[in-house]
Amino acid sequence: MHPAPSIILFSTLSGAGFGMMIWLGAGFGPSSRGFAFFACGLALALATAGLFASLWHLGNPRRAWRALSQWRSSWLSREGIFSIAALACFGIYALLWAAGQGRFIFPGVCGAMFALATIYATSMIYAGIEAVPRWSKSPTPALFVAYATAGGGLGVTVAALPFTDPPLATLAVSAALLIAAAAVALWWRMRAAAIGLDADGSTPETAIGLPALGRARLFESPHSSPNYLFKEMVFRIGRKHADKLRRLAFGAAFILPLLLLGIAAAMPSWSPVLWLALPVHLAGVAASRWLFFAEAEHVVSLYYGYR
Amino acid sequence: MTTLPSATRKKLGLVIDLDTCVGCHACVVACKEWNTGGYGAPLSDQDAYGASPSGAWLNRVHSFEITPAATRCKGGQGPAQSAQIVHFPKSCLHCDDAPCVTVCPTGASYKRAEDGIVLVDESMCIGCGLCAWACPYGAREMDAAAGVMKKCTLCVDRIYNDNIPEPDQVPACVRACPASARHFGDLGDPGSAVSKLVAERGGVDLMPEQGTRPVNKYLPPRAKADIDIDGNFRLAELAMPEATGFLGWLDRALERLG
Repeated sequence: MHPAPSIILFSTLSGAGFGMMIWLGAGFGPSSRGFAFFACGLALALATAGLFASLWHLGNPRRAWRALSQWRSSWLSREGIFSIAALACFGIYALLWAAGQGRFIFPGVCGAMFALATIYATSMIYAGIEAVPRWSKSPTPALFVAYATAGGGLGVTVAALPFTDPPLATLAVSAALLIAAAAVALWWRMRAAAIGLDADGSTPETAIGLPALGRARLFESPHSSPNYLFKEMVFRIGRKHADKLRRLAFGAAFILPLLLLGIAAAMPSWSPVLWLALPVHLAGVAASRWLFFAEAEHVVSLYYGYR
Repeated sequence: MTTLPSATRKKLGLVIDLDTCVGCHACVVACKEWNTGGYGAPLSDQDAYGASPSGAWLNRVHSFEITPAATRCKGGQGPAQSAQIVHFPKSCLHCDDAPCVTVCPTGASYKRAEDGIVLVDESMCIGCGLCAWACPYGAREMDAAAGVMKKCTLCVDRIYNDNIPEPDQVPACVRACPASARHFGDLGDPGSAVSKLVAERGGVDLMPEQGTRPVNKYLPPRAKADIDIDGNFRLAELAMPEATGFLGWLDRALERLG
């Protein structure tokens, strides 16, 4: 599948932003107004930057508002509604908090729940596509939720740096979230690696409806240069260096941030190194998201000589 | 509405005969021609006369080589068959459980309850491309100029169009096919000509395991005669010129010599 930069940017940034909303809305982090301003601002900025990036993916972005109408059947529509609900609830929570009115539980928890729902809806957009067995038959929702909660936890920890020396407990929670996400990422990868194009029994023979006749091989392509189907679903890029990129992504998303958390825990005076953790983590998430798309195979490839 | 109708009153669709399709691409061109001037935005092309042309097409013909499990060249047992070429036209199958419809966030994609045709309302389409991802068959293509999704409309602007002569009130691809390999009708009516054809020839679904319940059916190629068996008649012999005059006499004379 085509790893569109807009979609990778969206799911990486929004994932971290909504992840931060989950923890901030649930009452984590220091209570100072300065922190409210900075952390909530960062969460809202990440989430909205991601949402704007996703508009860039559309052929007709001016009609994007129409995407809120089909929540009965479409996870993309649900994602839109949940994200707006999350931004609204969390926005109210952040405003009251930053204005010195304290942290109200109701808008906070609503914001956190809608943020979690948004992340789940994003994952279900992919997990719901049966034509891409690698997405629909592996624990894709767990993967997206794990990345977002770990990134959100790290974001909250980092955003607290200007206001307080990070307490050991905060560092430990953030590290635990990263370790859990790393475990889910490995689990997803193990499952996904075993899922081929034929996971549902689809082959070039069933694709043309003639499995009884024998083995089918594409003799002549319907078109002589690549088309939309090729660009979106059939092109195979980045396979050569996939393993290298996967290790780099894993290192950046989990190992390096864990090391930085460890340094901050062992030597509190070094805690400013944690500033590095968030961008490094997000770069790792973006790289792994790139692989999520680039390595996914769509059954339409069966019509183009792949099996 | 992107929820699917629980049932459709008709199931209009195509039956494509893989036995008689000669792979001429006339249906492909006729489809492009009609649909670039008909329903919705024109089917645009990019760099049409340049080095890397591309464009939106709603119907494409793939050609496959099929090698039977038991082939003569492998010295296999059982019915020996030659490899064969199957020309395979592919367009929207107007599925009963169309996954492209339910994923649409705007309601632009819908399946009509009256005749089962799957359509895109282009004025509502945001061009997100999710429906094209959801379709296992690659039946939808984005129009790069208009930024909206294009797909086979079953020539909805021909089949109900009283302004054109009655023989033309079928999809453009069906009208254009020189081999009569494409048939159009109501597959929900067991008495229709297309349903009878499907029953008679053992029509099949594409990728039934994907759970989409396609309306369009494909007729498998008929079993081929085994032309390599000894004693079978040889076409080349029919083409031998008969010798006349002096050469004819010489031919007969030499024949008699044995």
